[in-house]
Amino acid sequence: MSEITLVEAVRLALARAMSEDDGVLVLGEDVGPDGGVFRATEGLLERFGAERVIDTPLSESLFAGLAVGLGAQGFRPVVEFQFMGFIYPAIDQVLNHAGRLRNRTRGRLTCPMVIRAPYGGGIHAPEHHSESTEALFAHIPGIRVVIPSSPARAYGLLLAAIRDPDPVIFLEPKRVYRAVKETVADDGQAAPLDACFLLREGHDLTLVSWGAMIKETLAAADALAESGIEAAVIDVATLKPLDMTTILRSVEASGRCVIVHEAALAGGVGAEIAARLADEGLTSLLAPVRRVAGYDTVMPLPRLEAHYLPDSERILAAARETLEFA
Amino acid sequence: MSKVASFEINYTRFLDPQGQAVGDLPSFAQDPAALIELYRAMVLTRAFDAKAVALQRTGRLGTFASSLGQEAVAAGVGAAMAADDVLLPSFREQGAQFRRGVTMTELLLYWGGDERGSDFAGPRQDFPICVPVGTQAPHAAGVALALQLRGEARAAVCVIGDGATSRGDVYEAMNFAGVRRLPLVFVVNNNGWAISVPRAQQSAAETLAQKAVAAGFPGRQVDGNDVIAVRAVLDEALARARAGEGPTLIEALTYRLSDHTTADDATRYRDDTEVSARWKEEPVARLRTYLVEIGAWGKDDEEGLLADCDREVEAAADAYLATAPMPPSAMFDHLYAELPRELEAQREALSQSSDEGDISG
Repeated sequence: MSEITLVEAVRLALARAMSEDDGVLVLGEDVGPDGGVFRATEGLLERFGAERVIDTPLSESLFAGLAVGLGAQGFRPVVEFQFMGFIYPAIDQVLNHAGRLRNRTRGRLTCPMVIRAPYGGGIHAPEHHSESTEALFAHIPGIRVVIPSSPARAYGLLLAAIRDPDPVIFLEPKRVYRAVKETVADDGQAAPLDACFLLREGHDLTLVSWGAMIKETLAAADALAESGIEAAVIDVATLKPLDMTTILRSVEASGRCVIVHEAALAGGVGAEIAARLADEGLTSLLAPVRRVAGYDTVMPLPRLEAHYLPDSERILAAARETLEFA
Repeated sequence: MSKVASFEINYTRFLDPQGQAVGDLPSFAQDPAALIELYRAMVLTRAFDAKAVALQRTGRLGTFASSLGQEAVAAGVGAAMAADDVLLPSFREQGAQFRRGVTMTELLLYWGGDERGSDFAGPRQDFPICVPVGTQAPHAAGVALALQLRGEARAAVCVIGDGATSRGDVYEAMNFAGVRRLPLVFVVNNNGWAISVPRAQQSAAETLAQKAVAAGFPGRQVDGNDVIAVRAVLDEALARARAGEGPTLIEALTYRLSDHTTADDATRYRDDTEVSARWKEEPVARLRTYLVEIGAWGKDDEEGLLADCDREVEAAADAYLATAPMPPSAMFDHLYAELPRELEAQREALSQSSDEGDISG
């Protein structure tokens, strides 16, 4: 056991899944000799061969559709998109086919596929490389949208996603790729899908977040603790379907909730969580649910991205307003 | 300056529009029984289409896409494919689907708005009808890749229309099929019209078959109203695919004698005189003329076949009309392998509001 980064955890999970199941294939651009632009597939070609680690032509719609065909034939394709900004041609395949093939054939044909993509800002990347558009996918029926926030959860959730019999969009916060190290046991243990992770207990306030914003949210919770306020921190992890039970249980105790995501505010997954809290948790609420999110602007280029992305200061300000609401 | 690439596109026809043999027929066509089988398949498809349109016109079926005039394409595809090949159809290949074991009742259920129509009891690996044009081409590449990776001597057949050849993901699939030499046959049912847009406005390429050239594999044209030619060209392409020699694109030149679907009115954009001229080239009469001339078919055979087809189609329609809808909560049944807990409340709410107990008996 050693301390590894999130991108190393992704690689570890891919290798584990491929060694356990011959049907697991890795496809995408530059996943072969180059090992992927973030090196998530490094070494897989040498270990598993060119029949299972397949460099595709530069055609995003194709490899999403390839995965549908491979999945229907019983393979478990794991497709890498280089950046979430290039994933949009695949929405047609995900929405029109992957998410509905099981339903429209009454279970005869299925799509046990995973689409992996690095997402989110904070690494001073070029244009189109920094967006967080997970809400686009969270709206699609029949799929799962999973976002890990730490190396250990990346390992466990990716294993779960690959073993899952239905399509999973697996979005990797690239800002976290190499930012933290954590001890991860390569024990083949999957983490639960469709379940939030309660990272920190607390009865004064519930902070709900995912992806790279977990770090900022935990920092805000630490700062609150210094002034004697105990905030629960929930890592949603699976955004679709959404485990509202865990969130509602925490808000029942705290009565106050702040949702944090780096995606744009309007129509973000935070809006769904807030609506569900209004619907099912209203009598527990002692204050309005607040959202700290990216602005409803185009994601700015690197010079301004730090102003766009929520940080612990913005989270703290929202938390204090929520706590002070009488 | 020097020439670095060149290509030619060959055209295949064995029966001319008057039903006269052009040159020697392929060996399978020496056997009248094989031709009669193809003929039956086309007549049955035409009878099914007529019934389906009638059901739609009388409010008993949803929007339906007839294959009137294009029966030879589907019959040829269906006859050439082996049972363990995989068909990825568009939405006008009912003739091929029937030959592969999809039932008429299933397709009526599909067009009648019931998902169970795509749960084929026969060809379990075949893909269902694909409505978003050409989006099944990448699936076909995926299926063919699966067959290739397993080292199986099987092939995938993807049928698309002329309009689909303008789409990016069709080219993406062709390009990949070429790179990997996939066991995949693309069949373009070029019926001249993509709803209201004629072939000339779809592409400036002289043939659609030559689009394969850019993807690095052979493209061929065939008279799509000559079922013998369609079957023969498919046979060769499938043999190539199974032998590991890679994909083929077959452009079948035919004509859509019907509206695009029952929701379309082709008189808005298409001249009737064009259509009546094309009726002289249609595939069913063409093969019948030939069969009669070689003495393999007569009036009694024709009457018997029409009665058989009518009986079969009516029985399928009756079975379709007698099929009760699924209970409303069935929309949750196959959403995921296992319904996430989060969705159980929605299913429960639907069951209660729709009084499902009464419906499901």
